[in-house]
Amino acid sequence: MAEAPSDATRIATDARDRVRFEEEALALSDQIYRVARHLAGSREDADELVQETYARAFRSWRSYQPGTNLRAWMLRILTNLNIDRGRRAQRTPPMQGLEANDYFLYDKLSESDGGLSDEERVVERLSQDDIVSALSSVPHDFRDVIVLVDIGDFSYQDAAQILDIPIGTVMSRLHRGRRILKRELAESVLEEE
Amino acid sequence: MGHHDDPCAHCEEMMQPYLDHILSEEEKREAEMHLDECEWCRRRYRFEESLRVYVRQAVSEPMPAELKLKLAALRIPLD
Repeated sequence: MAEAPSDATRIATDARDRVRFEEEALALSDQIYRVARHLAGSREDADELVQETYARAFRSWRSYQPGTNLRAWMLRILTNLNIDRGRRAQRTPPMQGLEANDYFLYDKLSESDGGLSDEERVVERLSQDDIVSALSSVPHDFRDVIVLVDIGDFSYQDAAQILDIPIGTVMSRLHRGRRILKRELAESVLEEE
Repeated sequence: MGHHDDPCAHCEEMMQPYLDHILSEEEKREAEMHLDECEWCRRRYRFEESLRVYVRQAVSEPMPAELKLKLAALRIPLD
């Protein structure tokens, strides 16, 4: 029978596991920040949110199961903190008719040249500012899934787990959220005209 | 598959699931058959595809370097 590990061995293994955990978590910081930046309202909020997330993750590293998805685990902490910080106050506004059509934005953008130009050129009529501000106008529930799936590259399954909602809800919010985003973009284009 | 009065409207319904790769093989074939013959829909699918890439690029902001340092400082020191 193997001897029970001594206290010293146990402490050393523990320290090694913790250091490894911290390094793996820090290696994900760019991706975590990318998501935080668009879940939180401002750059300052994102900054604080990411720091709180890491502080909590480092404290509760033992509850992470090695071999499972660390990125999703971190994001789960982040979204919970975001809810705790009361950033959910914004209610979902009633839907307007413009959202109903997936092609609305394309039709608006391509209308001026009679639909003659190439699709990529049409997209380039939107400025980076248009996109950032349109995304921030999408209500939280919808923005969260867009940020996770379309920007953060999470699967539906991961997004469902992180946000603690059924996968069907992820899909329907994503579908509707993209339409809302396009409506916001179309509105920003119309305002500029 | 049932009859659809307006094949382009049906194709529009399939656009997001198509680009998300979650259509069944049969639905995918159906969408592609329509796209092969309909430039109007094809342009709109292509636009959506470019838009997704464009949005992702537009909102990707690099993390501030000082934040990275702050995070590293949050690590719990070894005893």
